[in-house]
Amino acid sequence: MNGKTLVMGVIGADVHAVGIKILSHAFEEAGFNVVNLGVMVSQEEFIEAAIETAADAIVVSSLYGHGEMDCRGLREKCDEAGLVGIPMYVGGNLVVGKRNFAEVEQTFLEMGFTRAYPPGTTPEKGIEDISKDLGV
Amino acid sequence: MTLAVDFGSTFTKVTAISDTGIIGTAKAFTTIETDIREGLHTALTELNRQTGALDYTHRLAASSAGGGLKMVAVGLVPALTAKAASMAACSAGAKVVKTYSYELSDDEAGEIYDINPDLILLSGGTDGGNKDVILHNARVLGSIDRDFFVIIAGNKSAASEAAKIIGGNAVICKNVMPEFNTLDIMPAKDAIRALFMEKIIEAKGLGEAAKIFSTPIIPTPLAVFEGAQLLAESLGPLLAVDVGGATTDVYSMCTGMPTLPNVTQKGLPEPFAKRTVEGDLGMRYSMDALVDVAPELQAYQGNCIADPSFVPAPGSLESEYDAKLCGIAVDIAVERHSGHLERVFTPFGETYYQLGKDLSPIKYIIGIGGPIVYSGNPHGILENAIGDGQEILKPKNPKFLIDKKYIFGAMGLLSRINRELALRIIENECMEV
Repeated sequence: MNGKTLVMGVIGADVHAVGIKILSHAFEEAGFNVVNLGVMVSQEEFIEAAIETAADAIVVSSLYGHGEMDCRGLREKCDEAGLVGIPMYVGGNLVVGKRNFAEVEQTFLEMGFTRAYPPGTTPEKGIEDISKDLGV
Repeated sequence: MTLAVDFGSTFTKVTAISDTGIIGTAKAFTTIETDIREGLHTALTELNRQTGALDYTHRLAASSAGGGLKMVAVGLVPALTAKAASMAACSAGAKVVKTYSYELSDDEAGEIYDINPDLILLSGGTDGGNKDVILHNARVLGSIDRDFFVIIAGNKSAASEAAKIIGGNAVICKNVMPEFNTLDIMPAKDAIRALFMEKIIEAKGLGEAAKIFSTPIIPTPLAVFEGAQLLAESLGPLLAVDVGGATTDVYSMCTGMPTLPNVTQKGLPEPFAKRTVEGDLGMRYSMDALVDVAPELQAYQGNCIADPSFVPAPGSLESEYDAKLCGIAVDIAVERHSGHLERVFTPFGETYYQLGKDLSPIKYIIGIGGPIVYSGNPHGILENAIGDGQEILKPKNPKFLIDKKYIFGAMGLLSRINRELALRIIENECMEV
């Protein structure tokens, strides 16, 4: 265990259940304390879970193409709830259609995410980045 | 032969039970101001007059005298640890006056001073989670100049420090929410019961009376809760509503899982046996919310405040007023106890989240307490518990029963020593209306 707690889940009305289990397992194996909220998780649930568990980061997954709509405002709500500056990560099929990922990434960074990942990213990549960002 | 005693806020009720059933009941005014044994003695004298002198092998008692077990619950996030703490206190039979979340403010500390609770359940943070808030709240509670006890049932990593801050009146037990969305309310419930028996009974002037009984005195709502649990063993899923002078209690015995298609359960897991207490819905001491719905009864409210012990004569205009108020209390209390649906729009069409318990398939509703049982129209009052099962998941098509001799508490007590007999009696005594 590395002493860091991650709250993770699939945001919005998205019901893709398999990927988040794999991610949750991979992060636990890597030494994180994972609070897996599962699928169809609202912004409020991410925030409430992060407060109670004193989470070090929020990890958001979105597979169904509506990630931009679902994630908008999450940073502001975190600020409001006292989770000022908490690192936030997002990955999956974040938007519908063939937009260039650099553009998509820019959109999510502007929304306040620390990092955004394209489809096909391996769990190892996320583990490496988050470990580095949280100083483990 | 068993004697069951209920020290109520107004009446001390005694019930004599043989191996075949109830052989007598009596009541007298509760005498907490002088010596609570005086009222008990009066009631027992009356009981003896009915039954002749009896030799009791077991003497059991419950009490809600002196305001019952008055509690405040404190947590972190309203929908998480604050709710878990409140659930734990309710399930232990407490009158939860108020539930607080996040860091307690100075105003809230003043409110708690005014409430003057017997006991505070302090939670907050999952194990290893947030510590700051529970420690802050421990400091605030420690600074309130009242003689309450504090049970700490929060983040284990902060519990001993919180106990040190509060000092001698603090007890530590397991976290009500050790992991996110995992409830563990039994340890807190046991800790509440233990403190009630060891300290609060004494503080309320029942110390001497407690020595008369073969088992420790428990809070009356806990006895009623156990009575309702018992009846559910034979009737299946049920709801019980107890309307009193100061509160309305609702008990549900069911899983409450979604029954409708396209519905996903959200929020904290719900216990099979659940109790809620509505401190703002009472027939005498807390009528404001009821009169808001029936403003024509404002003048009557004035009379009731002037004389809270007023009991209207059967068939009188006042008894109609009471029936109306009682119906409103049932309506609101059951609505608050019931789960509800939230509609969400998704790319795949409409879907619903269910928060709380779906009570729509409940088959039986049991009315408990004088305002329902002696109203002359218990059926009409209990009909207020019904809903259309659309948005608010109230029962849809239940049968109505009443606890006509007020024996739920006594049977809850009896179930602790003779479950089979208690079940047989409670089945017989509930009357369909």
